[in-house]
Amino acid sequence: MEKIIMEHGSGGRATGELIRTIFEDAFSNPVLSQMEDAAVIPGGAQIAMTTDSFVVTPLEFPGGDIGRLCVCGTVNDLLMRGATPKYMTCGFILEEGAEVALLKRLVQSMAQTAREAGVMVVAGDTKVIEGNGGIYINTTGVGIVPTDVDIKAANAKVGDKILVSGTMGDHHATILSSRMNIQNKIVSDNAPLNEMVLQLLEQGIKVHVLRDVTRGGLGTVLKELAQSSHCEFEVEQDLIPVSATVKDFCGLLGLDPLYMGNEGKLVAIVDPEDEAKALEIIRLARYGKDAVTIGTVTAEHPTGNVLLKTHIGGRRSIDILQGEGLPRIC
Amino acid sequence: MEIKEIIEYLQNYQGPVIRLMEVCGSHTAAISKFGIRDLLSDRIELISGPGCPVCVTPSAYVDRLIELAKEPNTCVATFGDLLRVPGSSKSLSESKADGANAQMVYSPMDILKLAKDNPMTNYVFAAVGFETTAPLYALLIEEAMKQNLSNIRILTALKSMPNVIAYLLRNEAQIDGFLAPGHVCAITGADYFGKLAEEFHIPFAVSGFGDEELVVAIYGLVRMIEQKETGVKNFYPSVVESGGNAVALDKLNTYFEPCTVAWRGMGEIEGSGFCLRKEYAQFDAGSIGLKEDKKKNHACRCGEILMGKAKPTDCPLFARVCNPSNPQGACMVSYEGSCFTAFQTKA
Repeated sequence: MEKIIMEHGSGGRATGELIRTIFEDAFSNPVLSQMEDAAVIPGGAQIAMTTDSFVVTPLEFPGGDIGRLCVCGTVNDLLMRGATPKYMTCGFILEEGAEVALLKRLVQSMAQTAREAGVMVVAGDTKVIEGNGGIYINTTGVGIVPTDVDIKAANAKVGDKILVSGTMGDHHATILSSRMNIQNKIVSDNAPLNEMVLQLLEQGIKVHVLRDVTRGGLGTVLKELAQSSHCEFEVEQDLIPVSATVKDFCGLLGLDPLYMGNEGKLVAIVDPEDEAKALEIIRLARYGKDAVTIGTVTAEHPTGNVLLKTHIGGRRSIDILQGEGLPRIC
Repeated sequence: MEIKEIIEYLQNYQGPVIRLMEVCGSHTAAISKFGIRDLLSDRIELISGPGCPVCVTPSAYVDRLIELAKEPNTCVATFGDLLRVPGSSKSLSESKADGANAQMVYSPMDILKLAKDNPMTNYVFAAVGFETTAPLYALLIEEAMKQNLSNIRILTALKSMPNVIAYLLRNEAQIDGFLAPGHVCAITGADYFGKLAEEFHIPFAVSGFGDEELVVAIYGLVRMIEQKETGVKNFYPSVVESGGNAVALDKLNTYFEPCTVAWRGMGEIEGSGFCLRKEYAQFDAGSIGLKEDKKKNHACRCGEILMGKAKPTDCPLFARVCNPSNPQGACMVSYEGSCFTAFQTKA
């Protein structure tokens, strides 16, 4: 790894390597080394903290824009630790030539999403660099975690049920469609997931793990959770929800929805006793109407394994995303 | 027969060991994705053949692409997979960080617009593929001529199926039947493999790419072997007609002619590829004679794996030094490569 290449931004293996060898080494501390979506740090109460950068093109896309996206991404990372999102900061890096009217639209969208998600933008920064009209946003989010909440990637237990909150691949398919100039009806699912997460906690569901399904897709997320929990998961392909339009789009380009990212969907691993109630809560919450159970934590496994039962009845293991997730060539 | 009964038959098969080769990279990827091996008796083996276009491309081709990408005012355009295939020392993607100008596109036709918008840049398309993709490159050249674009060339590594299959059979590949590539047959017609079937007394089953289509074709092939039938059976009639696609074949033959090309791990095979006809030589970016095939890592067994003589797991590098983020051979790069698919589905 001598130079940064595009694959380092894929969310898959190369990204993991970059984080481990450059950032984790340098900043190593017990909190960061857990490699969770947000850090939970001791204090008066427990505080959850996360940071993220947003570099998406196009800046506006069907169903959302970089302003809405940066709030959703930040808030969802906090929620995945059982935190109530409270505050966020944002740093804008603007390239010379960016349209002010566009910036205004993006910031208004960001403010509106922040209100929806109940976070206050409490600090910010703006830098301008040479370039060609691009806009990038870095955020930091802070949330409060009740002291009795312990939700983390390592907590899956044998027998637990694996739930997803809705259809897979929508955001990824939206961005790809825009970039490839393909007209279709796919819209991004970028959304803050406060309601479903906070309802699960308020109603006493035994939630062991939460993870939002972003870059790398469901396949990557499940494998990472299985590795952290040292468990084997078994999931059924036919139960994984994918909208008809995304399915067609993937078929056309040879993409696998299992490795396509979302920005408003989560995986919840819950105690089997609470499965039905958890599903009902997520389905009643905003952005959760298509929630389903896709599988079970079946056994302990030293290195973590995810078995996928395919439509035709075969079984295979699935791994984290390799490479950039590109279309097939013939 | 219901699909359930077919699967039961394949699961319970207890006859002599049957080795079937799929010669299409898309079949390799689909078999792995659908978990089809898990549905077969241990006595039916599926072996991946030399049908992943980037896997069979020799290192000299990648080196030449890198050379072109470093020329001033030149941009190499390619499908994504090829960016990461190792040449003799580096891949195009790694060379990008050293200043090589390479761009991923989704279709060869994308470079028409690029070439028109940037007349000072010379575009070279990395034209890899089989009979399926070659007509697309013919269309590209045709359009470039129509639009008077003089800044488009292609570097070809175009392969055809029959002679490489004959090469495998002459070199003692232990194969009892072939899953014939549905996409190739859609262009060439199902009869394309008839002569081979006759010469080597071996059955071919033309298969589609869906889960049930593959299972049905495998079953058909197993039954042909059990009944000692040879010949070609078409299990993909919705797409493959016996005569093929006349328009595509005409384009292919107008711009390209059969030639001898080099395959990774196998060397040069006579008449196993397509090159631009000499009337269109001005569109060629130096494709002739790219036969050197230097391994990035001496222990790499890509060549034997492509010939069905070794499995990915037989290679000492597999999942150790060689993995998708640090591929030592082309089979670990492509989504259709047998090492890549084996890596992705290993427990």
